[in-house]
Parts: sequence; structure tokens; C-alpha cells
Amino acid sequence: MMTWLRNNWFYLLVLVVALLVPLFITNRYHSQVITMSCLFAIGALSLNLILGYTGQASLAHGGFFAIGAYGVAILTHTYGWNFWIALPAGALLSALIGFLVGMPALRTRGSYFAIATMCLGEIIHLIAGNWMEVTGGHNGIVGIPLPSPITIPGVGQLTFQSQAAQYYLVLFFLLLTLFVMYRVVNSLRGRTFLATAINEDLAEAVGINTFRTKLLSFVVGNFFAGLAGGIYASLIGSISPSVASIAMTFNFLMYVLLGGVTTLAGPIIGAFVMPILMENLQALKQFQMIIYGVLLIVVIIYFPRGFMGGYASLRDKLKKKKVGA
Amino acid sequence: MELFLQQVFNGVMLGSTYAVVALGLTLVFGILHVPNFAHGNMYMLGAYVCFFLIATLGFAYWPSVALAVIFLALCGVLLEFLVFRPLRNVPGIAPFIAALGALIVLENIVELVWGPEGHRIPNPHPGILDVFGIIMTQQRLLVILVAIVAIILLQLFIKKTTLGSTIEAVAQNKEGATLVGINVNRVSALTFAIASGLAALAACVIAPIFMISPSMGAMVGMKSFVIVILGGLGSIPGAIAGGLILGLIEAIGGGYLSAAYKDVFGFGALVLILAIKPTGLFGKEIKGR
Repeated sequence: MMTWLRNNWFYLLVLVVALLVPLFITNRYHSQVITMSCLFAIGALSLNLILGYTGQASLAHGGFFAIGAYGVAILTHTYGWNFWIALPAGALLSALIGFLVGMPALRTRGSYFAIATMCLGEIIHLIAGNWMEVTGGHNGIVGIPLPSPITIPGVGQLTFQSQAAQYYLVLFFLLLTLFVMYRVVNSLRGRTFLATAINEDLAEAVGINTFRTKLLSFVVGNFFAGLAGGIYASLIGSISPSVASIAMTFNFLMYVLLGGVTTLAGPIIGAFVMPILMENLQALKQFQMIIYGVLLIVVIIYFPRGFMGGYASLRDKLKKKKVGA
Repeated sequence: MELFLQQVFNGVMLGSTYAVVALGLTLVFGILHVPNFAHGNMYMLGAYVCFFLIATLGFAYWPSVALAVIFLALCGVLLEFLVFRPLRNVPGIAPFIAALGALIVLENIVELVWGPEGHRIPNPHPGILDVFGIIMTQQRLLVILVAIVAIILLQLFIKKTTLGSTIEAVAQNKEGATLVGINVNRVSALTFAIASGLAALAACVIAPIFMISPSMGAMVGMKSFVIVILGGLGSIPGAIAGGLILGLIEAIGGGYLSAAYKDVFGFGALVLILAIKPTGLFGKEIKGR
């Protein structure tokens, strides 16, 4: 117990701070920013599973986020489903489409896969904008209900009107996603993901079915992307085809790469630091995308492992010094 | 029948611009193995430079086209030097992501300078020809003509000049080319210059027909990738055929089925082809690139 505490005190501290956030952040706007960061962290973590741990650059991630968002929006708003049934349904729909689309797309490799998924993302974007009867076309869908209240026997009703409740809702799903990702990447299955990412031919040679490995990772990743999208639609209350745009994919990519690809903490750090950084650079709002683009190029050339990679090599250096002395 | 022929004509016109843009990309992607996703935005930038010269500085049409092509060729060299040279030997998708960064930067610089709204370059050759009921404007015929000339000149340059054949030499064997004294960096820069110049040329001749907007680059970039893959990597005839096929799919699909979904047909075709043959229609076997 004590050694466990000594090894994990930092994570425990982060968790406690995360749980206490609504106590010291009362500003409505800041609270909203933090909730959204948690939400985008779920999306970034799921992209990281596909991009980092399995080495497949899916550029349809915004599209799958949008499938979840539209799924929940249509089911709760148009058909009046309960949110708690619509949310898994939306996420499963995203996973199912991921499966159907992954079957052909994952036969390709590297840049080809990136281009194929980018085309798929664009197709989803175009469908969202043009399928008037279902998606509302370019106006999107407005008036999506908040998550339905949960009745807990003996305690009462849990509603999601307040900012704090919404924050805890998203935090719960972020922790759930993190837990699943942790279990996946540290399992034997996770090792096959990594083997596929590092050298597909070699992985195939030692008996890994790389196609099925990639497909599994793609489906699981898209499930969580859809989950994030579904919560997003319900909390924001309105969606438009812009959630399926390449800019959305680009945001996720940014969070993963800047935070540190193939680490669990990286995408979360990226999803928190980038929006907060941009909030503080309001004066540069019009240059935001240009800064993003330049940053992306600089990071990929000079810091290909992002913030977490930089941190890891710094730690290694310090350790070496200690050993040397 | 007349509607069909009209759509075929439009498809050929659209396809010939696509072919010219894709030629540049196939040189860069197929020969140097650089997935330059920002290629479409060089096209977009070319159209805006041309627009700027005509609308703001009052230049005539053809000198503006020439200047835009030269300017974009220089931009291509710069792009290669700043973004792709440092990543030359980095495996995986890193160059692709860097290209995505370049795409975002170019698009947003143009949007900042000229605004997100569309602009129009006045049509220099507005005359209309009526051939058996098919309406052809002179500018549209000119697009096809320029494309043919550009393709022939490029082919002559690569096959008949020493400088041009260095590009092919590097494509066939980088180490071998280095051994016989070819400067790979120079060839790289040259290829980028040609590719960007071609993209600018295509953009300038078609800009008077369609509106220009900052977001058109990403779409053209994606389409030229579709074409390059359709036609096989590094294959010049493949890029021409692929460009025409995509132009025809779009014009006929858009004319008969649904104009709103015309882009879906092209992308759908790509996904379908990749599903059946992951290395493209005429593609050679390639390793995890």
C-alpha cells in the first residue's frame, strides 16, 4: 500500500484536484472551458489509440466525433429517446461505421490510409451538410436536450442543469476512457497494437494478424470518439456540420501531437493546455490557425514526441547524472 | 444527348485542370515520396496572386499568370526547404502531418489578407462558341489547351533535357543518383518548383470561370491525391488519365445524380479503389509509406 502510494502519489493528487475543481472555479465561462477540455481529452485519447498505439493516422476522427454527436442529437431531439440510451447507441453507431469503413480503409497503409480517411471524413462532412431531412443540413440541429436526470433510490434525483454537474459527468467519462485505455495498452492485446505501430511487417511475421489488430483499435477508438461527440451534442445543445469538419480532426491531432503521442497523459495535457493557451492569446485570435499550423510543423520536426517526450528525455538525463555521481 | 455531351465537355475541362495539378503532385509524391498535402493550397495561392496582380495592381491577364507561376515556383522551393527537407529521412506519417500544418498556414494567411469570401477574376476571353449545341466559352477551351501544352512541355523537359532527367534518376534510385554526382537537394527543390508552378498555372487559367476562395485549396489537394492514387504513383500518363476520369465522374455524377454530392462520388471512388487495390489502380508495390 505504501509503495503503491509512493509510486502513484502524483496521479492521486491530480485526481483530487480534478474532483475539487468546481469548488474553486466558479466563473461560468472558465468552468465551461474546463468541461470542454475534458471532453476533447476523451476524443484526443481515442485518436491516440489509433494514431499513437497502432500507428494509423486516421484523419476521419472529427467525422466519427460528429457521428456520435448527430446520433445522440437525432435520437434525443427528433425521436425523444432517453439520453442514457441514446449515448451508447450513438457511440455504438460510430463504432459500427468505423468497422464498416475500416474494413476497406485499413487495407491501405501510411499516407494512403491518411488520405483515405481524410476523404471519408470529408464524405461525412458533406453528408452532414446536405442530408436535410435527417441532419438539418447546414443549420444543423438546435434544442438538443441536456442529459436526462438520473434517479438514485434513497438519494434523489441527479440533474445536469448546473455547471458542476456537467463537469462531473464529463470527468466521469474521461476517467472511464482513461481506465479503458490504460487497461488496453497494458494488456497483451495492447502490445500487439504497439508491435503493429512500430513495424507492421515484423508484427505480421511473428504471427500477429495486423489487419484485425488495426481494425480493433480503429473500432474502439471510434467508439470513444462517438461517445465524446454524443456528450458534446447534449451539453452544447446544438450542432452543425462544422463538428465534422477537418478543423475538428485537426484539433484532436494537435492535442495528441503536442501533448505527446503514444502516452496516456499526453493527449489530456494537450487538450487542456492548447485551449487555455489560446484563451490567453485572445488578441492573436485571428492568427490562431496560423500559429497552430506553424506549431504543428515545428513540433513534428523538432519535438516529434511532444511535451511528454521532452519530459521523458529530461528525466532520463537527470537520472543519468545521478547515476554518474 | 446534348446534355450528356455538355457534361462530357465540362468534365474534360475540369479533368484537364485536375490533371495538371495532379502532375505536380505525382512528381513530388511518387518520385520524391513526399506526401505534400499542401499542394492544393499552392494552387489556391497561385489563383490569389494572380487575382492580386490583376485586381489590385492592374496588370493584364497573361503577364499576371506568368508572374504568379514564377512566384509560386519560388514558394515551392521555400516549402521544400523549410518543411520537407528536415523530414526527408523521417519515416511514417510525420511529413504528412507537417504538410497538413503548411496547408493550415497557407489557407489562413490567404484568409487573413483577402478575407474568407469568394473573389472573381474578370474573364479575359468571354467569347462563346456553339458546337453542335454544346456551349463552349473560349476560356474553357483555353483551359484544355493550356493543360495540353503544359503536359507536353513537362514531358519534353523530363525526357529530353539533362536537368529534367535528373528528376527521373532520383526517382529510380536515390543512392545511385547521388553516386553519379546528382545533387538530391537541388532535384528536390526543382521538383517542388515545377509542381507548384504547374498548380499555379492550372489555378490561373480556371480562376476566371469559377470563384476563388481560401478553402478551395484543401479540396483540390484532396482531389489531386485521389487522382495520383487512381493513376498510380509517379506515373505521368496515370495522372492525366486519373484527372480526366475524376473530372468526368464529377461532371456526369453532378449533372445526372446530385450536384450537392458531386464531391462524394470522387472520394467514394477513391475509397472503393483503395479497398480493392490498396496501392492504386496502376500502382507499384510500395512499402509502408
